[in-house]
Amino acid sequence: MPTPYDEMWEKLNLDLAAHEGLLQVLGKFYGDIYLSQSGRLKGMEYLDFVLSEVHGLRIRELQEAKARGRKVIGTFCVFVPEELVLAADAIQVGLCAGAEIGKEAAEKILPRNTCALIKSFVGFKMARLCPYLESCDLVVGETTCDGKKKAYEIFADYAPLHVMEIPQMKQPCDRDLWKAEILRFREEIERVTGAKLTAPRLQEAIRLVNARRQVLQRLNRLRAAVPAPISGRDVLLINQISFYDDPGRFTARIGELCDELEERIKAGQGVAPANTPRLMLSGCPMAVPNWKLPFLVESSGAVIVGEESCIGARNTRDLVDESGETLEAMLDAIADRYLRIDCACFTPNPERLEHIVAMARDLRADGVIHYGLSFCQPYAIEAFKVEKALKDAGVPMLSIETDYSMEDVEQLKTRVEAFVEMLA
Amino acid sequence: MTMVETYPPMSPPEPVAGIDIGSRSIELVVLEGGQVTRQAALPTTFDPLAQCRRLLEDLPPARIVATGYGRKLLVENFQQHRVTAITEIQAYALGARYLNPQVRTVLDIGGQDTKAIALGEGGKVVKFEMNDRCAAGTGKFLEFMATALQMPLEDFGGFALQADRRIQINSMCTVFAESEATSLMARGEPAANIALGLHLAIVMRTLAMLRRVGAAAPLLFAGGVAHNPCIRALLEEHLGLPVIVPVRPDLVGALGAALHGQQRRLSKGGGDQSGLAA
Repeated sequence: MPTPYDEMWEKLNLDLAAHEGLLQVLGKFYGDIYLSQSGRLKGMEYLDFVLSEVHGLRIRELQEAKARGRKVIGTFCVFVPEELVLAADAIQVGLCAGAEIGKEAAEKILPRNTCALIKSFVGFKMARLCPYLESCDLVVGETTCDGKKKAYEIFADYAPLHVMEIPQMKQPCDRDLWKAEILRFREEIERVTGAKLTAPRLQEAIRLVNARRQVLQRLNRLRAAVPAPISGRDVLLINQISFYDDPGRFTARIGELCDELEERIKAGQGVAPANTPRLMLSGCPMAVPNWKLPFLVESSGAVIVGEESCIGARNTRDLVDESGETLEAMLDAIADRYLRIDCACFTPNPERLEHIVAMARDLRADGVIHYGLSFCQPYAIEAFKVEKALKDAGVPMLSIETDYSMEDVEQLKTRVEAFVEMLA
Repeated sequence: MTMVETYPPMSPPEPVAGIDIGSRSIELVVLEGGQVTRQAALPTTFDPLAQCRRLLEDLPPARIVATGYGRKLLVENFQQHRVTAITEIQAYALGARYLNPQVRTVLDIGGQDTKAIALGEGGKVVKFEMNDRCAAGTGKFLEFMATALQMPLEDFGGFALQADRRIQINSMCTVFAESEATSLMARGEPAANIALGLHLAIVMRTLAMLRRVGAAAPLLFAGGVAHNPCIRALLEEHLGLPVIVPVRPDLVGALGAALHGQQRRLSKGGGDQSGLAA
């Protein structure tokens, strides 16, 4: 079926036939998982629209911005400091890595037992199915795990790539390394954009990104209400869209959605009865369109009230200190903020355990589902510590390891339903 | 947990059917007033729905509680009955606890799933472990290996107990274990020793799951694989705990499902009147 975007997609060198197939599957998925929900917020209409135009209107905006000389920077990880990108008048987008697509193509250049997220981003590139990736002037990788680190070496043959080194500990020498990496990233951004970072521009960018974090913090706080005022699926989608929508527009829209949520909470309304078991997800990121587990959980008689994840609280918890006046002070504040991220790639990582326990308490979660992607060692191993910390806090945990395929859905359902029965 | 309302005092208690639709077999238990009035089992085949119909054909409209991987199939297709569904985890917990009120750990090895369940005070599930999508170490594994050794499945455990030495089979994957068994045969290893090695492999995998839930005594072993004397013996040996096996370990899930439907009255009655206990 022809669309107004065919010419644009063709110019981006997408595989048009396969891309149409992808959009059809995505549309059906979205209908089943999202549009089937009852009592959704009016504010979700914006997100439905953005998602329906995920490869259309937003890509057109990017192309128009590029025509005016702005650059597009693609990322895969919450460690990439968006403030520097925005201060150089470039646009940052989180790249597609949540669908089992181009798997065969990816497995030609990667081992089969590689995590689904890595296979997905390589697959999207190899199969020419991601218009974001094809719009990028630079893709930023990072050394959060061995799988990504080594996959980027291969990926570099197919896309312009800059890799940031993420420290593995949080000692003063690691802070020095991280600061140096931020300065190296600044140079790279200045090279790609031809812009020079200035204090006023960086300050503006810091405020813009902080505002987006704050509105998502507000959204998450509102979810402590009983009954739960919004589904976990919807909040996951909001978080996913935060990675590629225009930050100012997104913040304004989510602010309106939060106003609506407050009204709903005042009226005692929720998406599920007050006695519905409340679960929190914790662990690996769920990149768009990976909605498998949240859908499964919320089809099993529970409601999700929090995501301790990169596409969730890990990305929004900490703000950059806005008090710095010089470029140097701001860069320091950025380095400090990003080094507070409690990714499982750090050792030791006690902050994450504290955050999980505090979140479960604040959101009144009855239980936690730890979600690990198969072959993701950092999260798989840390799950044992998470379970212990939660046990000490009196919160039961179910550990799940899965990927993007649907072949284990029945087994997962049994486990999730049994966990929900256990909490009811 | 939903509680069933009590019935009017003088009227006869309504029968409750529990049905456990597993990958290999379907079991039915009907309870009336705490007594098992019917028990039956059929192989699942490629048409589980038809098999359920056969099991339930002359059952008057009743409360049915379905469990097992096919539980939703029943909810969707038997609307003339009042069908609800619970997971196997809860069904086995309820069934096991009823057969032996002291039970703290339940092990269920079925056709394609293994479950280790820890029970707390009052029989509530406090933790469980279940194999993921791979059916290694389950009944399916035993079935494949019995076939590889040209042995009826029912005789496989007894045959393994005749082994004269212990060998280690390292592969847990059915395909790899079969080729490992084949190379052992080629080296002249007696079939009984290979059979024991294969049983040991299952037990080792099961022990890891049991330890993760913190296996405490008494432990009840249910599911079709509990019929296998070699698995039972190896479990007792490695756990250092007595392993309780009910007379019909394959019916524990169906019993638990039926009990779920009758829960409230039975919690008052107490004690096993089902005749299914060890």
